[in-house]
Amino acid sequence: MSKESLNLTLKVWRQKGSKDKGKFETYKLKDVSTHASFLEMMDVLNESLISEQKEPVAFDHDCREGICGMCSMYINGRAHGPQRGTTTCQLHMRHFEDGETITIEPWRAAPFPVLKDLVVDRSAFDKIQQAGGYVSVNTGNAPDGNAVPIPKENADEAFNAAACIGCGACVAACKNASAMLFVSAKVSQYALLPQGQPERKERVGKMVAKMDELGFGNCTNTGACEAECPKGISITNIARLNREYLGAMLGPGN
Amino acid sequence: MALTGLFLILFLVIHLIGNLQLLAGDGGEAFNRYSYFMANNGLIQLVSKLNFAFIVLHVIYSIWLTRTNAAARPIAYGGKPKNVQSNWNSRNMGILGTLILLFLIVHLKSFWFEFKFGTGLPMIEAGTYDGLNFAVLDAYTVVASAYSTLPYMLIYVVGMLVLSFHLYHGFQSAFQTLGLGFSSYKKLIEVIGVVYAVIVPLLFAIIPVVMYLQQA
Ligand code: HEM
Ligand code: SF4
Ligand code: FES
Repeated sequence: MSKESLNLTLKVWRQKGSKDKGKFETYKLKDVSTHASFLEMMDVLNESLISEQKEPVAFDHDCREGICGMCSMYINGRAHGPQRGTTTCQLHMRHFEDGETITIEPWRAAPFPVLKDLVVDRSAFDKIQQAGGYVSVNTGNAPDGNAVPIPKENADEAFNAAACIGCGACVAACKNASAMLFVSAKVSQYALLPQGQPERKERVGKMVAKMDELGFGNCTNTGACEAECPKGISITNIARLNREYLGAMLGPGN
Repeated sequence: MALTGLFLILFLVIHLIGNLQLLAGDGGEAFNRYSYFMANNGLIQLVSKLNFAFIVLHVIYSIWLTRTNAAARPIAYGGKPKNVQSNWNSRNMGILGTLILLFLIVHLKSFWFEFKFGTGLPMIEAGTYDGLNFAVLDAYTVVASAYSTLPYMLIYVVGMLVLSFHLYHGFQSAFQTLGLGFSSYKKLIEVIGVVYAVIVPLLFAIIPVVMYLQQA
């Protein structure tokens, strides 16, 4: 059996604020339980830093159950670390080896500036959403359930796309820092359902324009996003986004 | 990128069919006839101009693409992953493309430029080929003598290897960019893409190798 506890060397990105240049600091951490999550390991590190009167490492986290998308960390050259399909909070220390050096960095993308240490500002995603990632609702009674028939495949695909938690791992992992997987998930979830139809063309045009304006790179279909997405969003959605976008450009008007 | 790339992909097939006549084993008659036809057909000449334009567009767009994409990540990561989650060629299309461009310059200089502006080119006497009672360019001999040297032959083999890598990613990428990479036929496109990326450059590369060996 593997060991129950690990001695680790951590190379952590430290940056005082958005203006600071920042650099890697190396810390030694002893007796880390293999049952701990990665964030719990970071908590232990911070406890020890605090007891040494040092500034703890700032990192984003919230739900710690893989659904909020806050825990952005680039671990050993991979978004959310070596395990596929997991967020950092769901990554366990048993995936690391005793004596290993772990490099921990913030997401790197021009539209995601570092605020402090490992914390980046992901409000660029909110801006893309605000550009069109919603359905305008008219007030009134809720429609009857099942009054509008929706093919099972469409419902399933829309649901899969809607699983995107906006974590930004796709941008972080992409060599071009492209946000196409995120945008494609948001566009797809509406394009596949009747509620999304009235604003369909307008939505895709506005969201893509906002994405470009914010300085995300262009997709060259390397597939790294899909491999790193904790929610398994498929790049088939990107094909759909491209098709929706071309359709909207060729024939405007919803 | 996708439209220009797909045009070039289509062009390569036509170009390959023409080139394979170099191996017809008829002392170059088929190839010379073909080359005469190509040089004197208005439609072909138009397509050839279009092809140059598409290469230029493809290159200009690729420069813009590579630069804006590099700007989207101003600070590189420090950590090196144990296993990278994308193919090497998909991440290095710019480098592969630049090598193809270098190859194209050598290639166009030795044949296209020679045929069009060269002097003292070998000719086939009038009446040698049935139905052609005027002298035509002996394109076959020009090609054969180019391929008689080992370094030149190797440039072609390496050039085609690079093209193969470029298309291994590029073929399916173009369909994905055009929004056609859908689940039902995504697999099919990928398979055709791999077959194309292997077979077409391979057949192109076989020509100089065979012609070199014939003269070695
Ligand atoms: C016979 C010559 C060539 C063919 C058939 C070809 C074909 C292709 C195709 C099909 C794509 C994918 C388009 C897409 O995903 O939208 C592509 C992309 C690309 N090509 Fe070419 N290409 C050729 C030459 C070149 C040259 C000469 C350069 C550069 C100097 C170049 C640079 C690029 C770049 C940077 C990309 C974008 C990367 C990507 O989408 O992943 N290519 N090419
Ligand atoms: S597509 Fe996946 S990786 Fe990208 S933001 Fe959504 S959940 Fe995160
Ligand atoms: S902390 Fe919420 S997904 Fe990781």
